[in-house]
Amino acid sequence: MANIKIPSPLLKLTNNESEVEISGSNVKELLTNLEAAHPGFNERLYDESGSLRRFINIYVNEEDIRFLDGENTEVKDSDEVSIIPAIAGGK
Amino acid sequence: MVASQKEKYSMTGVLKPNYPPYVCLSKDSIKQIGNTPLLEIRNIYQHPKIKILAKAEWTNAGGSIKARPALNMILNGLEKGTLKKDKIIFDSTSGNTGIAYAFIGAAMGFNVTLVMPENVSKRRKEIITDYHAEIIYSSALEGSDGAMRLAEKILNENPEKYFFPDQYGNEANWQAHYETTAKEIYQQTKGMVTHFLAGMGTSGTLMGTGKGLKRYDEKIKAISVQPDASLHGLEGMKHMASSIVPTIYDESFPDRQIDISTDDAYDMVDLLREEEGLKVGYSSGANLCAAIKLAKELESSDSDSEATIVTVFADSTACYNEYL
Repeated sequence: MANIKIPSPLLKLTNNESEVEISGSNVKELLTNLEAAHPGFNERLYDESGSLRRFINIYVNEEDIRFLDGENTEVKDSDEVSIIPAIAGGK
Repeated sequence: MVASQKEKYSMTGVLKPNYPPYVCLSKDSIKQIGNTPLLEIRNIYQHPKIKILAKAEWTNAGGSIKARPALNMILNGLEKGTLKKDKIIFDSTSGNTGIAYAFIGAAMGFNVTLVMPENVSKRRKEIITDYHAEIIYSSALEGSDGAMRLAEKILNENPEKYFFPDQYGNEANWQAHYETTAKEIYQQTKGMVTHFLAGMGTSGTLMGTGKGLKRYDEKIKAISVQPDASLHGLEGMKHMASSIVPTIYDESFPDRQIDISTDDAYDMVDLLREEEGLKVGYSSGANLCAAIKLAKELESSDSDSEATIVTVFADSTACYNEYL
């Protein structure tokens, strides 16, 4: 089970749990299982064409998946996966 | 800042004779804050009776609109005596205000410490550290609200060490726009401005410019622009319903609110570059989306009157990561 860190704006989807344990062998599978366990993530993370929104950054152990293998990036048990918007407001 | 740098800046001129002798700011730097050009959008939007204009705020020293409130909050602190020689200028920021504090601090000879979310653009971090300001990082997961909370905690542990402008709660923030941005817009449009729109971070731009314009003509509409969702990528803008609401924000003030999606704002930034030759930041894209939405509503309304819609382009792409 990987540990997914949830950004503040989406905490209401996880009953205010800032970290959730989800199984999956890669990022895509992990996010599919996250949606099944806590519905509402997909519409916020993906656009109409099914691509991750441009401002959503996913990190596996602090590495941006854009610079790894995208959503096919492998995830192992105990890995930390963070969902981070480009920035969440304020000047 | 090292002593030699302080001496160098001290030689360039003194702001006002009644400020303490250690406060010196380059006259050239201060001249470069405010009096920004007002640009007409000519290619993306055209209508014989409706104009859309934008203040080119990236031309301020420091590269953003935030030079105006940052300078005013610092000058206000000096006048009140809360900013003294041995104090460190300290606040939370997601970037542009931090850059403004950093360059004004460098020019005046003050040390600056900023609390910023870890996911702020790498370029913004580099600009701030170039001015020798210190950055304390807050959790990327908690955005600007997390930075505000961490700043408050650090401040409470050592209140005497810092001068805390508190950009989210300082009246001098919006007053900077009341006194400068609003005046410039009214003069540059020769009093023709009918609507003013702005996205909100602290809300200072909208509150100050809106109030300032209504001082000239109470019929001028002040319209807030907000991200359409709590999870968004519009750096510098707050989704008020899901955020810590700034103390200076009065939600009853805006005449209306227009919501814009991150994707639409990003597409507009591309269009501004391709069609108008302007490389501006994402909040500018959101502001122009909202201005065009309003213009189209006015076009389709029965009213045959002319409209001059003004917004701000707060910064340029110089402050963003290259891959976004």
